[in-house]
Amino acid sequence: MELVLVILIDGLVYGLLLFMLSSGLTLIFSMMGVLNFAHASFYMLGAYFAYQISRYMGFWPGLILAPIIVGLAGAAIERFGLRKVHQYGHVPELIFTFGLALLIEEIVQFFWGKNQVPYDAPEVLQFALFSIGTNEIQAYKVFMIAISVLIFLCLLYVLTKTRVGMIIQAALSYPRTVEALGHNVPFIFMGVFGVGTALAGLAGVIAGPQLGTFPGMAFLLGSIVFVTIVIGGLGSLWGALVASLLIGWMTTFAASYNIAMADILMAVGFEMPEDMSEHALRDIWSLTLPQIGPILPYLLMVVILVFRPYGLFGKRDA
Amino acid sequence: MTDTTSIMTKKRSYGGLSTGTVAPWVICTAILLVLPYVFQSNSALTIMNQMAITIVFALAYNMLLGQGGMLSFGHAVYMGMGGFMCMHVMNWVEYQNIPLPLPLLPVVGGLFGMGMATIIGSFSTRTAGTVFAMISLGIGELIAASSVIVVAFFGGEEGVSGDRTYGLPVFGYEFLTKIEVYYLTAGWLVLSALLMYLFSRTPVGRMANAVRDNPERAQFLGYSARWVRFYSFCASGFFAGVAGGLFAINFEILTEENLNLVTSGSILLITFLGGVGFFFGPIIGAIVFTLLQSVLSLQTELWQLYVGALFVLTVMYFPGGLAGVIMMHVAPYKLGKLGTLVVPYFKTVLPAAIGILGLASFCEIMFHFKHAAVGENDMSLFGIEFSTHSPLPWIVIVGVTLVCFWIAKRNSAELRETWGNANVLSSPKEGGAQ
Repeated sequence: MELVLVILIDGLVYGLLLFMLSSGLTLIFSMMGVLNFAHASFYMLGAYFAYQISRYMGFWPGLILAPIIVGLAGAAIERFGLRKVHQYGHVPELIFTFGLALLIEEIVQFFWGKNQVPYDAPEVLQFALFSIGTNEIQAYKVFMIAISVLIFLCLLYVLTKTRVGMIIQAALSYPRTVEALGHNVPFIFMGVFGVGTALAGLAGVIAGPQLGTFPGMAFLLGSIVFVTIVIGGLGSLWGALVASLLIGWMTTFAASYNIAMADILMAVGFEMPEDMSEHALRDIWSLTLPQIGPILPYLLMVVILVFRPYGLFGKRDA
Repeated sequence: MTDTTSIMTKKRSYGGLSTGTVAPWVICTAILLVLPYVFQSNSALTIMNQMAITIVFALAYNMLLGQGGMLSFGHAVYMGMGGFMCMHVMNWVEYQNIPLPLPLLPVVGGLFGMGMATIIGSFSTRTAGTVFAMISLGIGELIAASSVIVVAFFGGEEGVSGDRTYGLPVFGYEFLTKIEVYYLTAGWLVLSALLMYLFSRTPVGRMANAVRDNPERAQFLGYSARWVRFYSFCASGFFAGVAGGLFAINFEILTEENLNLVTSGSILLITFLGGVGFFFGPIIGAIVFTLLQSVLSLQTELWQLYVGALFVLTVMYFPGGLAGVIMMHVAPYKLGKLGTLVVPYFKTVLPAAIGILGLASFCEIMFHFKHAAVGENDMSLFGIEFSTHSPLPWIVIVGVTLVCFWIAKRNSAELRETWGNANVLSSPKEGGAQ
């Protein structure tokens, strides 16, 4: 029972982190109709910028400044790169963001090297807040949860209750009409792109100390973020939330419970072969849950795309 | 009326065999046959073998991306699976004495790749666009991840290896030396390139183009867009598998690296750099990329940065790739105005090239300054030794770069004007051309 609680908290941290990335990505998708492959790269940039700032000014200014810088960079990339490619169609756009992801990884390696940089949580938050059984829960994890929830509430408020949010929502569905009403739609798009990448940057700032700040961090999380918004339904904010939490808990549970395939097979009534070394199905017999944990999200995505191409909460075909 | 007829007859003569269509193939085959006599060193042979395999793979990938409009992020799966299967067959031939000559091995890889494509294509080709791209990404990650789990087939972390020389000798050749492997690979290259070209000329290949451009309209004509995509996908899987078989013969080992996203991404990069709009685009892309990879990676640690920048700039400014740039010059050539472009090109491209080299040197110096071991201040660039901690090289590099870019920018207006004139029939004075 204690273990379940700890896993629930760990999964929540991971899931909310995913949500901070996937919310921006899904907003950008519903706006431009293109998946931003480089989204996780902005997450990485956030972590590295925060690390650089924290070396001179400490953690807290980095928490504010790094996402702003990342957001400005994102807006500039939308303005001078993506908008240019937009005229060629969706496939070149997707390829452009893919190239951008490669380029950002190389640029990060250029400036900060190939190894992990020592970016740590602030000392104020480096203590065990409470413990469940023998497992201590770090204050920083609670801090991560708090920030993510706060961001989600802010996003929800801005999008549904304020005038800016109304205009954004209108611009997503009827850009022509909104433009005719006198709003600068390209500027709104640039702004949404900037805010989306800033959110990714913020996720990087708070995840960097926990998951490590190294050039492969974008690649490690990037495809999972895609999977998340595809499962949740492209363009759906609630779908992104549900899918993020689902994947967060699923992978954490799979990593923590050691269920072996051999036990299941024997429980069903198969007999364990005597000589395992030459048996054709030996890999199925030696399968364990932690082994297949990392590929569960991809499996889920393929199944969902085959049976319900618009995802769990999506309204339109991707 | 007469105009239409003359165009029609002209079109008809294009349909059959003519010098125009056969000559490039004959010339390319001749070049492939002669190449080993020109570049005799062992490393050159290795590069050429790798190039040939990449060309086959890139052409297979372009059957999807260029001709079918399907963006795949997991095409390495079909090449890798074909390669793994070939590796196993190679080992079985050795132990069981199956009479399978080595030159036929890529067929096995091709068939296995096609089998995989049939299974996966049956559900992934329902739509093109984002869903297809995402399914291909998911499948790619799944198979790359399961290669570590399913040790029996993928051999776990160390991969599967074998020995090509244990098979039956064919007409006395045992494929011990690199040169024999080269001719085997080159033969398969010509054969599969020809088959892929012919496939693009068949009704299915033509319909693939139609479905890419406007699936709805193609469906109104009575073709199922899904089946057309499915056939292209299977054919592409076959040739990717052939490339995998050639890889197995050449390198005699396959690992998880042959399946993962990095390989899938690089083939996308190669194909797009070469140009997806023309059949020969991926060939150029594969040749240029392999050369860049093998030459640049010896010279600098930053080659991936340059390749990434090149890729992003290509997508932004030349979406047709290198082949597109080459084909842009066909119109001026036909108008007989290619000659007028030489001088403006020289005046713009040369300073721009020097400027780019200057920018690259700046990156190199900065990289050395930041990451070299403490006390190691000297580096050499273009054969010149200097210290990165003195200001002089920095000033020279920045100055040269800025001046060159300024000259290129100043002359580019002239180039643009000449380019406009070279693409219209009339001279600028008569026609008011733009």
